Amino acid sequence: MQLTPLFVGAFTLALAASASAQTLTIATVNNGDMVRMQGLSPAFTEETGIQLNWVILEENTLRQNVTTDIATNGGQYDVMTIGTYEAPIWARQGWLVPLDVLSADPEYDVDDILPPVRAGLSYENKLYAAPFYAESSFIMYRKDLMEKAGLTMPDAPTWEFVGQAARAMTDRANDINGICLRGKAGWGENVAFITAMANSFGASWFDENWQPQFDSPEWKETLDTYLALMADAGPSGASSNGFNENLTLFQQGKCGMWIDATVAGSFVTNPDDSTVADQVAFALAPDAGLGKRSNWLWAWSLAIPNSSQQKEAAEQFINWATSKDYLNTVAAQDGWANVPPGTRTSLYENAEYLETAPFAQMTIDSINAADPSKPTVNPVPYTGIQFVAIPEFAGIGTNVGQLFSAALAGQMSADDALAQAQDATLRDMTRAGYIK
Amino acid sequence: MATAQTRTLSRLMMAPAVIVLLIWMIVPLVMTLWFSFQNYNLLNPMMTGFAGWANYVYVIGDPSFTQALVNTLLLVGGVLLITVIGGTFLALLLDQPIWGQGILRIIVISPFFVMPPVAALVWKNGFMHPGYGMLSHLWRALGLQPIDWFNQFPLQSIIVIVAWQWLPFATLILLTALQSLSEEQREAAEMDGAKAVNRFRYIILPHMARAITIVILIQTIFLLGIFAEIRVTTGGGPGYASTNLTFLVFRTGILSNDIGAGSAGGVVAVILANIVAIFLMRAVGKNLDE
Repeated sequence: MQLTPLFVGAFTLALAASASAQTLTIATVNNGDMVRMQGLSPAFTEETGIQLNWVILEENTLRQNVTTDIATNGGQYDVMTIGTYEAPIWARQGWLVPLDVLSADPEYDVDDILPPVRAGLSYENKLYAAPFYAESSFIMYRKDLMEKAGLTMPDAPTWEFVGQAARAMTDRANDINGICLRGKAGWGENVAFITAMANSFGASWFDENWQPQFDSPEWKETLDTYLALMADAGPSGASSNGFNENLTLFQQGKCGMWIDATVAGSFVTNPDDSTVADQVAFALAPDAGLGKRSNWLWAWSLAIPNSSQQKEAAEQFINWATSKDYLNTVAAQDGWANVPPGTRTSLYENAEYLETAPFAQMTIDSINAADPSKPTVNPVPYTGIQFVAIPEFAGIGTNVGQLFSAALAGQMSADDALAQAQDATLRDMTRAGYIK
Repeated sequence: MATAQTRTLSRLMMAPAVIVLLIWMIVPLVMTLWFSFQNYNLLNPMMTGFAGWANYVYVIGDPSFTQALVNTLLLVGGVLLITVIGGTFLALLLDQPIWGQGILRIIVISPFFVMPPVAALVWKNGFMHPGYGMLSHLWRALGLQPIDWFNQFPLQSIIVIVAWQWLPFATLILLTALQSLSEEQREAAEMDGAKAVNRFRYIILPHMARAITIVILIQTIFLLGIFAEIRVTTGGGPGYASTNLTFLVFRTGILSNDIGAGSAGGVVAVILANIVAIFLMRAVGKNLDE
């Protein structure tokens, strides 16, 4: 038949086309910086011919999807957005491709990545994920309200000062809360904040034998301080407030202080979104005089699952998205204040950036003050500051977060919350085999 | 009349569909049973092998298990109470010859067309939010402190949201029953001088009994598995105040990545749901036999 060669020809053509046009599937989180990266990515496609298929998800959904995919060797994604919690754990399981090619590329300049961030994304001194943006936490506060209260914020305040200032700034009649803190249950929400706070009070999740420590006086002091502060100076309904809810409250001028991610610095100083943009100043997260500040470390990062069939193309993409050039591209388009922060030393040596971003210096100081390998005052067997880098932590943290949230909502006492957290954690750690 | 031949033929033709449906049901059930006896944590590949009853012991020993059980029953009971009483009331109201009856009926039924997560989001942010919800504005206008519904009354708030969604279903079924009541019977009672309360008690209510039974049975089956409303509004909290069995299974299996224990929880939930269903069939299902 005459048609046969035509079919064969078309089939061959189709095969050739599918072989040459590579398509990477990328799972990422719906944060502003990632959405901007998606907008800029046609340039990458133009340069390399590699097509990009984006899967953009809300944080919790992303976590569940990529965890299920990688644990079951699903092979759905070529590039995954993960954090400092997942990177070392997944690397240890052999689920991630080590980024040796990037590390060896002088142009990529892996030594430029901030040391605490690099350490958080490495396992046995090998980099397994490249940071897209990184954050610590710090205090954002209103200069006008602080002045009205007759106080001056030191660069490195104590919890005692923060408590005093929060109470002095509170003006319930005018709907102004002295302090807004996370209360929404979740290991990435209230547990992140309270764990970092507990570190500064000398508390820890486990002792060196993996015994839970919620029955310690340090934990009691942490939770009592947190609850009293929120009762005296926090917003109503705080137990449903996470990062986004507090951001809105602060931007609307309803918070005197807010202790949260450094990445919020650009959101609260942006006059388009924030009614108090010109009144915001920054300070380091508070301490209790024990040598540890209550600031955390997190990096949203790009990694390649071992199940990917297109590792080289994935490496090329990660190189593009986390390179110095990418920062320049964003700066050229949207200005320096909007570049993804917290990943490279060179950014904090850039005078133009330091000038346009009032939060820059405090961000780098906070990141450098965080040490995931020594998170607590006393020695502990784990790494991670606002989390414990063990696979079971996601579950344990979810449980404990619920209990802290219930204490904040007034549904149970601090003592009950801690006692139940101790029991639940002991149960889970025994089940997981850490405690015999 | 179906002959033996046509019966055989119809069975043969139905067989593929029945087999597919059976596989559809049996495969997930068997897999859940299998996983419930395995050590299987998504994030920890070291956990493998036969677990015996360990997953069941772990789930039933969960500090929140009893509360989840109680919450499940409270949720079902609370929603049933509101929808059956409210549905009867609305059905009586809609049965009256009033102006704009057609439009009113559509409005009353409309919540049933809203997807559960959407309904929950609207209630959470539009009505019950302590800061900018409509209720908080109302409270402030009355000079009162707004109520933080999902923290102070978590389970009750969810009952209200779910009841709002199921009320149209109950109303619709009960209204249909009401409309099948013969007009003559009502008129006869009226002429004999029976008061409205007595007419309701001795004529209308017995007539609606079957429909009420249907409402209770169907709703119970769906209400035992409430999930979206909890996930969207309270996340099972504060503490475990609004955790029901479904949410407990989700927390164990998905949030904690413990597939083994999550499956065990699922099996326990299925068994308990069946016990409730059998109990219900015995207790209220008798109405249907009469």
